[in-house]
Amino acid sequence: MTIRHHLDEATVIAYAAGTLGEGLSIAVASHLAFCSECRADVRAAELVGGHVLVEDEQPVSNACRSATLASLDGLTIAKRPPATAMGEVPKPICNMINNVPLDQLKWKTRAPGFAVFDIPLSPGGKTKLQLIKVASGKKIPEHTHGGEELTLILRGSYSDKTGKYQRGDIADLDEDIEHQPIVDSDIDCICLIATEAPAKYRSFWARLAQPFVGV
Amino acid sequence: MALAVDLMVGRNIPSKQTGDIALLQRIAASQDRFAFADLFDAYGPRVKAFMMRKGATPEQAEDLVQEAMIAVWTKARLYVPERGGVATWIFTIARNLRIDRLRREKSNQFTDIDDYDAESLDAAQDDALSRLQEDGYVAKALAQIPVEQRELLLMSYVEDLPQSEIAMRLKIPLGTVKSRMRLAYRRMRKLLEQIS
Repeated sequence: MTIRHHLDEATVIAYAAGTLGEGLSIAVASHLAFCSECRADVRAAELVGGHVLVEDEQPVSNACRSATLASLDGLTIAKRPPATAMGEVPKPICNMINNVPLDQLKWKTRAPGFAVFDIPLSPGGKTKLQLIKVASGKKIPEHTHGGEELTLILRGSYSDKTGKYQRGDIADLDEDIEHQPIVDSDIDCICLIATEAPAKYRSFWARLAQPFVGV
Repeated sequence: MALAVDLMVGRNIPSKQTGDIALLQRIAASQDRFAFADLFDAYGPRVKAFMMRKGATPEQAEDLVQEAMIAVWTKARLYVPERGGVATWIFTIARNLRIDRLRREKSNQFTDIDDYDAESLDAAQDDALSRLQEDGYVAKALAQIPVEQRELLLMSYVEDLPQSEIAMRLKIPLGTVKSRMRLAYRRMRKLLEQIS
């Protein structure tokens, strides 16, 4: 499969470092299931993590050491799982929709030719994850309010001024890019959309200190 | 115990990391507890420091050390040297563990990219990765990037700050944080490619 739209390097770093919000990192992991190029990028970014890990130490108590060694009793060493061909839905999403096929999900119609399925995330997070289904010829509705947004195409395709997006492609665009994606496949276009609300300033004083950054 | 391990592995190990790879392979092949104890002594204190730098108390950090090192044992057969050094592999285990702790819910467990790579492993392309780490090239490359880029990487990897929070802390726009991250990443990769 040829992937034409990849992750931004800043997103690769955030994912590798583990600082990406839950919904966004599920979208990244789902794209990685399609894209060996971005997998190689993530591995390179993880090297920094390996470096950070080895550069500092804190003595571990004997209690912890012996408890760990004792807990190995009865633990089996996992076998390498056989490689299985990916179905229509990449594994990180499968896990969250109980392996229900896309056509059997309980889609909620929001407008003619536009339906959504909300994927629940852990409580307390700032990200949102949704599947959306948009009919041929329709516009993909706008989702963000100036925050982070990742769109991964699972079925069909759409186009906007940044190009044509097909299965496996991810749109990882700067917030300030205005675009109007239109579904150009004969079939419905199904996408995974992860969004994160823009960061809120914590205090009035912090807000005063930074009046020019879009809030 | 350390002596026994030395005798078993042999003394002509070219580098520390090759030694770590051999230890993991001995766990995978024969559930070798001496090998595990040696890996624990090398990486337990590192995982503990790693977790404490991210805000864990010493007690929480030791719980996470135990969990991470048990995962090292149970996943030993999943380690593929061509994809990176042992330190990087254990880093991903520790990172994922921390994320899963925060999310709590089982169904939402962090999916590791190793799950997808079983077949598509391009050994020739990735072969360089573990060697780069072994020989300290990652540290050298990090030392060569501009300080304001390195600072952002450390805030991400060490302090776990999301990019939006880095922007707030440094009082710079998010777009600037991202463009510095991109520059840092490209510079690092270029340096590592030149070396390898």
